[in-house]
Amino acid sequence: MLDWIAIVETLAPELWLVSVGLLGTFAGALVGQRSARIFFKLGAMALFIAAGLAYFHLPGGEAFGGLVVSNPFVNFAKIVSFGLAGVALWIADGFFDRHETLRFEYALLMVFACLGMGITLSAADLMTLYMGVETLSLTSYVLASFHRDSPRSAEAGLKYFVLGALASGLLLYGASLVYGFSGSTSYAAIAEADMGTGMLFGMVLMITGLGFKVSEAPMHVWTPDVYEGSPTPVGAFFSAAPKMAMMVVFANVLFTVFGNAVDDWQLVLAIIAGASMVIGSFGALLQNNIKRLLGYSSIANMGYALVPVAAGADLGAPALLMFMTIYTIASLGMFAGVLMMRRTGGMVEDISELGGLFTNRPIVTLALTAILLSIAGIPPLAGFWAKYAVVEAGLAAGLLPLVILLVIASVVSAAYYLRIIKVMWFDAPKPDFQSPDPSVVATVVACGFLMFPVLLIGIGILGGWTEAAAMGLTN
Amino acid sequence: MQGFPILTAMTLMPLAGAFLIMLVRSAIGSGPNETDGSKALTAGLVISIATFLVSVVALTAYRPGVEGYQLVEQVAWYGEVQYKMGVDGLSILLVVLTTLLMPFCFLASYGSVKTRVTEYVVAFLILETFIIGAFCALDLVLFYIFFEAGLIPMFIIIGVWGGKNRIYASFKFFLYTLLGSLFMLAALIYMVIEAGSSDFEILETHAFAPGAQTWLWLAFFASFAVKLPMFPVHTWLPDAHVQAPTAGSVLLAGILLKLGGYGFMRFSLPMFPEASLYFQPFMFTLSVVAIVYASLVAWRQTDMKKLVAYSSVAHMGFVTLGLFSFTEIGLQGAVFQMLSHGLISGALFLIVGVIYDRAHTREIAAFGGLVGKMPVYAVLFMLFTMANVGLPGTSGFVGEILTMIGAFQASTWAAFGAALGVIFSAVYMLTLYRRAVFGQLNPALSEKIDRGEIVMSDVNARELTCLVPLAVGVIILGVKPDLIFDITEGATQRVLTLMAGG
Repeated sequence: MLDWIAIVETLAPELWLVSVGLLGTFAGALVGQRSARIFFKLGAMALFIAAGLAYFHLPGGEAFGGLVVSNPFVNFAKIVSFGLAGVALWIADGFFDRHETLRFEYALLMVFACLGMGITLSAADLMTLYMGVETLSLTSYVLASFHRDSPRSAEAGLKYFVLGALASGLLLYGASLVYGFSGSTSYAAIAEADMGTGMLFGMVLMITGLGFKVSEAPMHVWTPDVYEGSPTPVGAFFSAAPKMAMMVVFANVLFTVFGNAVDDWQLVLAIIAGASMVIGSFGALLQNNIKRLLGYSSIANMGYALVPVAAGADLGAPALLMFMTIYTIASLGMFAGVLMMRRTGGMVEDISELGGLFTNRPIVTLALTAILLSIAGIPPLAGFWAKYAVVEAGLAAGLLPLVILLVIASVVSAAYYLRIIKVMWFDAPKPDFQSPDPSVVATVVACGFLMFPVLLIGIGILGGWTEAAAMGLTN
Repeated sequence: MQGFPILTAMTLMPLAGAFLIMLVRSAIGSGPNETDGSKALTAGLVISIATFLVSVVALTAYRPGVEGYQLVEQVAWYGEVQYKMGVDGLSILLVVLTTLLMPFCFLASYGSVKTRVTEYVVAFLILETFIIGAFCALDLVLFYIFFEAGLIPMFIIIGVWGGKNRIYASFKFFLYTLLGSLFMLAALIYMVIEAGSSDFEILETHAFAPGAQTWLWLAFFASFAVKLPMFPVHTWLPDAHVQAPTAGSVLLAGILLKLGGYGFMRFSLPMFPEASLYFQPFMFTLSVVAIVYASLVAWRQTDMKKLVAYSSVAHMGFVTLGLFSFTEIGLQGAVFQMLSHGLISGALFLIVGVIYDRAHTREIAAFGGLVGKMPVYAVLFMLFTMANVGLPGTSGFVGEILTMIGAFQASTWAAFGAALGVIFSAVYMLTLYRRAVFGQLNPALSEKIDRGEIVMSDVNARELTCLVPLAVGVIILGVKPDLIFDITEGATQRVLTLMAGG
């Protein structure tokens, strides 16, 4: 007999998403591509509702005999990722319409991708984890190659698929080792097992597999190619929602499954984090394609995000949520900015195309400047608090070398964020972009406004939420 | 305790003004092709004068005899971090210096800034907010936010309205300062974790372990040394100055550099007394090297602004010399030197700006014989030259002599080296003055004047309004320095007490 109340409390957003996805598939088959635009808007709304459901069932619960468990920590991540995915879907229709690829499947794929994120987040068992990861990954491969006629998009999808399949294999292999040596696939049971060599081996393989999804070096190589090749709205999605979700999954697995083995994985994470910072920040320096640059920038930022994870659950969990929330909002805003870059003959992606944007569109330029400086972590923008929280967690855990590396990487990355700002403010004006969709402009401005001044002043409130959410992890 | 939040009002006033100007920018005529931005400048002028008046009110509300911070405002913010503002004798004077120089920046920009005037005014007003905030903050994180935020408008000011090589200069300025500041950020977060609070008053009395003090001191040093700037990380300054518009240079030299000195006095000395003592010889060495080396480099400059910029580096050397003598007279001298240098260097950049606006060059060799064409200008130039050299009767003298007396009590050699610097400063300033003002009118220049391409008219009413108050200030402070000491006494004594009580 199923305990439906527990199931709903644990998996309300996922139940909603799976229903929407299946109904949408039927409806799409019936009405065809004529009303694809409605699918985009309704799909986005369904994602917002899913975020709302996660909020209403924030305390979470346990269902299916412990296969899935949700708590405020993962529900916080669900709210943010579903919300960001919803925005990414909402602003996507104009782009696909102009490319004559406005198909309802896109909206459904986004819904299923979010379903995958939700399941992964709620997983309390290695099998559930793998199922969720694969749901997210398979939909992501299709999304990356959604412009199937474009060689770049197809290349992005294929690259993502081949490397992603390898990473999934590693994850699965690691999971099987962990299962073999602990005798169980349940998080709770594994947490109590002895950490022998076999377990360590499995753990490292799992870190590798999950690290791929959040583009940590040295599993990062797909990121710039996929960001560059995918259709821009897909990039906007990739850079925000799955990053938030998978980073929290990554932390969740380490904190709960291998919580007793902090000493074993701390060094591994520190090395991965340091490598990501260095590769991400130096790699971005010479990029001219803005999407590629953002890809490298996200590698560096995922390196920063690992610092609070390495700091451990007590010190790092709130800082991780804080950092990821602010970073993913900024990142989405930046990609929305890229969505505006359209001239006669299609989208442009070279940084120099932003030349003199300030003359043509002062408000958007201000918003983009706020977003870029926020990602760079310069006060008084919200990103400063993100970096503050990360450094605080790192220092409290005694990870001084990592913090120093973070400081150096931040200065290097400031150089290329400044380069974009320089192009927008100082360079000779280029012709204005063709009228962008109002929803895109609104997203850019809203994200900029969140970076300054909303989150600067309201950081205490966000801090309170992340603290409360992180409490759910330790209890 | 909490009456009207005058410090917050003063800090936010320029920001609110900037916001208002942005809102009505279409009404006051803006855009890339505007020819006359005088309305925007006038709006900026009015707002900055109003801010100045508020700061004067704050100054009168300040009670010099009372120990500790005054006019304190406090609101909880994020975790341990609070929004806490307050002033002591040191910061209130630096705030007044800031608000005082700001109207001159706008006055100096009429006619010389022609593009995007509205944005120019907005950037300056935002910068003013951040500087005032940095001086008033009584919370370490809040201080950092204001301190670091000032980079953004300054970056844009140099990058948009600067000279030919402005982009290089703006990047150099930003990245140099950022690298220094991020180390400070890491250090201050460590302090917050260690002391459990980011409140100045708690941190000042918290005894950090001596080993940790050394590292914290170095991290703060990294930031303030770049800001001040000290040898050998001063190289961003000449570039930034040469490329910045006149008003930007005034602000940079007059106020932004003071943030470094302020930081040393507010953080390094009282919070890490043992480390400060340990690093005293190091600081003396760097100060003396800065004074002598920068003076010699200034002597060989062909660009007037660069010369004044290097002279700033030398004069900031006196500030660190005085601060790290750990004597009351040295500290008093350092504070005085900061204020006096704010007036003098601001005035010197305005002086250079006057002829740059007319002849569109800053090469010393391009001028000569200006005394015949611009007699009033020559007199004012002479006055500020003498003040910069440190002639008795001007404010420059008081600052230099006091810091040297302070240093003498701590180290004879340091004082000896600094005294050499005073001689060199006379060499380079008098050379500049002789070549620009005396002698024959430069043939190329006179040819241009004959052809009517440029008019070397004497200072006009607007420029006089800028220069005369500064001249008066320089002389008043030179004749009656007690005006300053009465206010700063409490603050300097407090620093020394905190150091002793460690």
